[in-house]
Amino acid sequence: MKHLPVAGKALTVLFTAAFLVACSSSDTKEDEAAAAAAAAAAEARAAEEAAAAEARRGQERLREAAVAVGTVFYFEFDSSALLPEAQQALDAHIALLATNDDKVRLEGHTDERGTREYNLALGERRANAVRDYMTLNGIASYRIETVSYGEEQPVAYGSGESNWSQNRRVELK
Amino acid sequence: MRVLHSIALFFSLCLAASTAHAQLTIEITQGVDNPTAIAVVPFAWQGGGTAPEDIASVVQSDLSRSGQFMPVDRADMLGFPSSQQDVFYRDWRALNTEYLLIGRVSMAGQMRIEYELYDVNRQARVDGGVIEGAPNEARMLAHQVSDKVYEKLTGIPGAFATRLLYVSVTRNPTGKDYYRLTLADSDGARPIVLLESREPVLAPAWSPDGQEIAYVSFETTRPAIYRQNLMTGAREQLTNFQGLNGAPAWSPDGNTLAMVLSKDGSPDIYLMDLASKRLTRVTRHYAIDTEPTWMPDGKSLLFTSDRGGRPQIYRYDLRTGATERVTFEGNYNARARVAQDGRNVVMVTQRSGSFHIAILDLVTNRTTVLTSTQLDESPSIAPNGSMVLYSTKFRERGILAAVSVDGGVKFRLPAREGDVREPAWSPYMFR
Repeated sequence: MKHLPVAGKALTVLFTAAFLVACSSSDTKEDEAAAAAAAAAAEARAAEEAAAAEARRGQERLREAAVAVGTVFYFEFDSSALLPEAQQALDAHIALLATNDDKVRLEGHTDERGTREYNLALGERRANAVRDYMTLNGIASYRIETVSYGEEQPVAYGSGESNWSQNRRVELK
Repeated sequence: MRVLHSIALFFSLCLAASTAHAQLTIEITQGVDNPTAIAVVPFAWQGGGTAPEDIASVVQSDLSRSGQFMPVDRADMLGFPSSQQDVFYRDWRALNTEYLLIGRVSMAGQMRIEYELYDVNRQARVDGGVIEGAPNEARMLAHQVSDKVYEKLTGIPGAFATRLLYVSVTRNPTGKDYYRLTLADSDGARPIVLLESREPVLAPAWSPDGQEIAYVSFETTRPAIYRQNLMTGAREQLTNFQGLNGAPAWSPDGNTLAMVLSKDGSPDIYLMDLASKRLTRVTRHYAIDTEPTWMPDGKSLLFTSDRGGRPQIYRYDLRTGATERVTFEGNYNARARVAQDGRNVVMVTQRSGSFHIAILDLVTNRTTVLTSTQLDESPSIAPNGSMVLYSTKFRERGILAAVSVDGGVKFRLPAREGDVREPAWSPYMFR
């Protein structure tokens, strides 16, 4: 978000230069005014470029932060409540999404316990919980697609909580 | 027979499809205490060359798999009679045989199987008949003989001449898994892959005439319900809604498909009129409503809902719109399937953390847990109401297993490869 005020400053400089040009009444001062305008424009361009670079750096930092928190958010058994660590991780993705127009796909998954169709519904609840958190924090709902795979696509095969806990998840893609 | 010919045609169209994958084998793990001893003598082949199929062997496996019969080993037989004058009761009594099945197979365009059933103790012929059909359907003709013999000796029509649908998954460690929807005979023989996909395939369901199936496929990267004709292979995508598109269930009259959609928010039950494709919403609840199944009279639906906090089975009356809770024992009862008698309901129940198959008698309201393994699901009941097929885990692999409705008979159908799940037992096809 830091780059926005910088861009604002650049615009202010540009408008000031234009105002000066418009206000110059004397022909003898035209050259001077033109030079000043050119200088102001150059300054504005430089400021714009600096702002863009800063914006790129800012976005890069956000992207790095989003990559660092990962794209998988875990859940408790038979629950679609977002855990605090999942919320923190999502905050990093939301900050990045606020700076671009990317669309995201949220894939909900469950562990193998319980019936397949019920688990499809549970997986959808989990994907929707993540979607709702994102929309509540300013990401337009049209940018988010949710799909539930239920228990069909485990990442950890085998039974037992150590496997099950890895499979109860929403993946952001 | 019309169905038989059509299916034969379909099979010939499908011969190119892979058949080696997920072929099922059968391991009987528990039978009744005093099974009836029956000798199934090799049927005499009266055609040219060698017999295309060992009919008696198919019949013997069927009867053995039911858990109610103890077949006499062929090696112990003192002779292979194929007509009444060759039957010496004394020989069979010496082997403690109670019943004797003999037969003859001939070919005149059609395959013709004549069978005769004898009561060894009473020294009397008790049944006999002729089954005819296409030679490439020899195994299915043999299953029809099994159906007749089973009915004569137990009083319950056999359900051997039926088919199974199931889903198998082959894991691919370096990429996406392979999902296959397979059609096989009720003994797992002659598997035909109907659909192969890198995306999940689930919830196969039969039309009441056994000629069509419905299922869910993620092949578009989203779930959608498809309908497929087994005779022609013609396939139609029925739904493409935002959210869940799942759990298709054919109405007993074949005109309507119940399904689960979440397009209006939470998962609810809908009915699709198959002619007009018009949808009617059945349930309206913010909870999960899923897994619809029809009562045999078509007047009400059972479904799973967690509207009471935990998943339980409810009944929706299509005439009055009233909903009543059906299950009260245990904190997880789901995915009901109803026997043709409209009385026995099989379902998944959770007891002390494990998931088992249970049967609920709607008349007495008694629930009996039938299985003792831990991750049992997707029960499907035979059209004669005698056996329940379900999926479970055995040595860390998904396999199919079966249990009789009284819990007395159990067998497993492990696949040679991959995980097998979601069996769907066909309706009667040859009655």
